Amino acid sequence: MKSNIEFAIQARVLTRRFGSLVAVNEVDLDIPSGRIFGFLGPNGSGKSTTIRMLCGLLRPSAGRATVLGLDAARDSEALKNRIGYMTQSFSLYQDLSVGENLQFIGEIHAIPRRERRRRVGELLSRYNLAGRERQRAGTLSGGQRQRLALAAAIMHRPQLLLLDEPTSAVDPSNRRDFWEGLFELAERGTTILVSTHYMDEAIRCHNLAILDRGVKVADGSPQALGESIGTHVVEVRAGNADAAHLALGKIPRIVSLARLGSRLRAQIPKQTAEPLAIVGEALRNAGIEAEINTVFPDIEDIFVAVTELREHGPIDRESGGTPIRNPVIPRGVAESRAETAPARPRDSARDDRKGDHGGRVEDSGR
Amino acid sequence: MNSLVRIFAVMHKELRQLSRDRLTFGMIIGMPLLQLLLFGYAINTDVRNLSAAYVDEADSHLSRQLIADMGAAQVVTFGQRVASPGELVALLDAGGISVGVAIPDDFDRRVIARDRPALQLLVDGTDPIVLGVAERLAAIPLRFDSQTGIEERQRMMEVRNFYNPERRSAVNIVPGLVGVVLTMTMVLFTSVAVVREKERGNLELLINTPVRSTELMLGKIVPYIVIGLVQLALILAVGRTVFAVPIMGSEWQVLLASLVFICANLSLGLLISTVAASQFQAMQMTFFVFLPSILLSGFMFPFEGMPEIAQAIAEVLPLTHFNRLIRGIVLRGADISMMARDMAALGVFTAAALTLAIARFNKRLD
Repeated sequence: MKSNIEFAIQARVLTRRFGSLVAVNEVDLDIPSGRIFGFLGPNGSGKSTTIRMLCGLLRPSAGRATVLGLDAARDSEALKNRIGYMTQSFSLYQDLSVGENLQFIGEIHAIPRRERRRRVGELLSRYNLAGRERQRAGTLSGGQRQRLALAAAIMHRPQLLLLDEPTSAVDPSNRRDFWEGLFELAERGTTILVSTHYMDEAIRCHNLAILDRGVKVADGSPQALGESIGTHVVEVRAGNADAAHLALGKIPRIVSLARLGSRLRAQIPKQTAEPLAIVGEALRNAGIEAEINTVFPDIEDIFVAVTELREHGPIDRESGGTPIRNPVIPRGVAESRAETAPARPRDSARDDRKGDHGGRVEDSGR
Repeated sequence: MNSLVRIFAVMHKELRQLSRDRLTFGMIIGMPLLQLLLFGYAINTDVRNLSAAYVDEADSHLSRQLIADMGAAQVVTFGQRVASPGELVALLDAGGISVGVAIPDDFDRRVIARDRPALQLLVDGTDPIVLGVAERLAAIPLRFDSQTGIEERQRMMEVRNFYNPERRSAVNIVPGLVGVVLTMTMVLFTSVAVVREKERGNLELLINTPVRSTELMLGKIVPYIVIGLVQLALILAVGRTVFAVPIMGSEWQVLLASLVFICANLSLGLLISTVAASQFQAMQMTFFVFLPSILLSGFMFPFEGMPEIAQAIAEVLPLTHFNRLIRGIVLRGADISMMARDMAALGVFTAAALTLAIARFNKRLD
C-alpha cells in the first residue's frame, strides 16, 4: 500500500461535548500505519464518538485529528474514498439481498462495472458468503451480517478501516473468524481501528488505548501496558474461595480483588516489596490453604488498574472495614468468564470445615 | 460522470426497495383509486332526493301543483303526507325527514294577496348544505296563471352554468383529486423514504461514502417523480372513463403543471425528512401540511369564499396553485401561459424547499 505515512491517525486534545456532557475529553492518539489498534472501554466511554470524529461524522468541539495526512473535520469528503467504516449496528439494507447490497456499495463508490463484479465475487468468497448472494440481508445470522458489513466496508480497498464494536452481536467462533479476516487485512497494509468492550479481543490488537468516561487512561501494546501498571497481580487458588475473598478483602494493601471461579486476583501497589508475603500471611491468619503466585497482568487487570484505581485510588478500608467491592468491569468481561458468575450457594459452616481439612484446589478451567 | 453513477445507484436501490415494499406499492395504486371512488361517488355536494314530508291543509289545485313541482325538481322526495304541521315537526325531530312543507288551508288566498308567506318550509338546518338546498326550493314560482308572462319580468336574474352543465361534482372533484393524491403520496413517500434510512441506521453508512447530499436527494426523488406521473395518469384515466370528466386543455400542459407540482411536493417531503427523527414524526408533519391543503386549497370549498387570512395561508400551499392550474387546463381548456403566476409560485416553492433541504442535510451527525 502507498501509505508511507508513519501514523495513520494522529489526534491532539480531541474533545467532543454534547451540551454539558463531555463525551470525549482531550484525547491524544498516535496510531501507526498497518497495525490493528484497539479502543477498549465500557459502554459510554467515548469510543463511538471518537471514531465518528475520526471519520468526519462529528466535528470535534476542540482539538484536531489528522487522518491519513488529512484533517478529519475539514477534508472529510476526500477521506471518504480512503476510509472504510463499519457502524456499530448493521447498517446495510435488510430488504436487499447480499449481492444487491454489495453491488449498491460498489456503485456508490463508482467502481467500474467489470471491476465491481470481480470485486463482489471475490469478497463473497473471501467472507464465506458465496451462495448467499440472493438471500436478503435481513435474514442473515449475526456472524454472516458482520462479514457482509466488513465486505461492504472494504469494497473500495480503504487504507484505513474504522470498526465500531464490530463483534458485539456475534458468537465466539464467528468472532474468531472475523478477527482472522482483520489480521489478513492488516498484513496487506490496512490500518485498522477497532473498538470493543471484550477483553479477549483487546488482547489481539497490536496496540491498545483504554478509554474511561471520555478520557484516555492508558495506551500501548498489551505487553507494555501490563508492565506499566502500578500494581503487582497475585493469583490465589484456594479451595474455599469465598473465605479467601472475605479474608483478603480486609487487607488495606490489596487495592483490587477480582473473583474468577475458584481463583482470586489481587492487586497490590508496586511500591509494596513483598506482595506474596502479604497475601500469604492474610490467608494463614484466616486458616485458609491456598496456592499463590505473582502473575503477569491480563487485560482485565490492566483495565481495572487504569480505570477503577484511577478514580478511587487505593480503597481505604481501615476506617470502616467495609469489604472490597467488586470492580466495575465491562459487560463483555462477565460473558467471557461465564463460569465466574454463579456464587456457589453453600452454607459457610460447611465451607469452614472443608477449609480445615486443607484447601482443595478447584478450577473449572479457564 | 461518477456523480451520475452514484445518482443512478441510489435510484436503482430505491426502486428495488420499493418493489419489495408491497404495502407502499399498493398505496401508490390503491390510494388514488380509493379516493377517486370515495370523492366521486360518496362525497357528492349536489344534494338530491332529500327525504321530505308535507302537510297540505288547503288541498287545492295550486297546492297540489306546487308539491308536484317540488317533487319533479328531484331535490326532495316526498315520502309521506301527514295530517298536521305538528306531525311534521315530530318527524324532523326524529330525524325521519330533512325538509317538511307545510301548506296552510288559506294557501290560495295568501298567494293571491301576496301580503305574507304562503307556506312554510321546515328545514333541518344542522347541515348548511341542506339549508341552502331548501332555500332553492323556496324560489319555485307561485302563481295561478303561469301563462301571463309576468314570470319573465319577475325573474330578472338568469343563471347560466358554464363548464359543468349537469352540475356534477365529479367534474370539479377529479382534477382536484390529482393534486390531493399527489400531495398525500409525494410528501409522505419521500419524507418516509429518507427518514427510514435514518431510523434503520443506513444513513450513517451512506454518509460515509463519497455520495454527495445532492446526489442522494436526486437519486431518491427521481423514482417518485415517475410514481407521481403514474398516479396522475391513473386518476385522469379513471376520471375520464368512470366519471366522464373531459380534458379540455392540452395533455402536455397537464403534464408540465403536474411535474412542477410533483417536484414542489417532493422537495417538501425531503425538507420534512431532514427535520423528522422517525417515520412517525414524518407522518405527523405530512398531515400537518396535508390537512390545510385539503381544506384551504379550494379543493373542498371555493377559495373566494374563505376569510382573507385563510386565503393568505392557502397561497403558501402548493396545492392551491395546482388546483387553479389543473382545473383551468382540464375543465376550462385554459392555456398554461394564462396562469403563469401559479406556475411561478410552484417553482419558487420548489426551489426554496429544496435549497433548505439540501442545506439542512449535511453529511454529519451533529
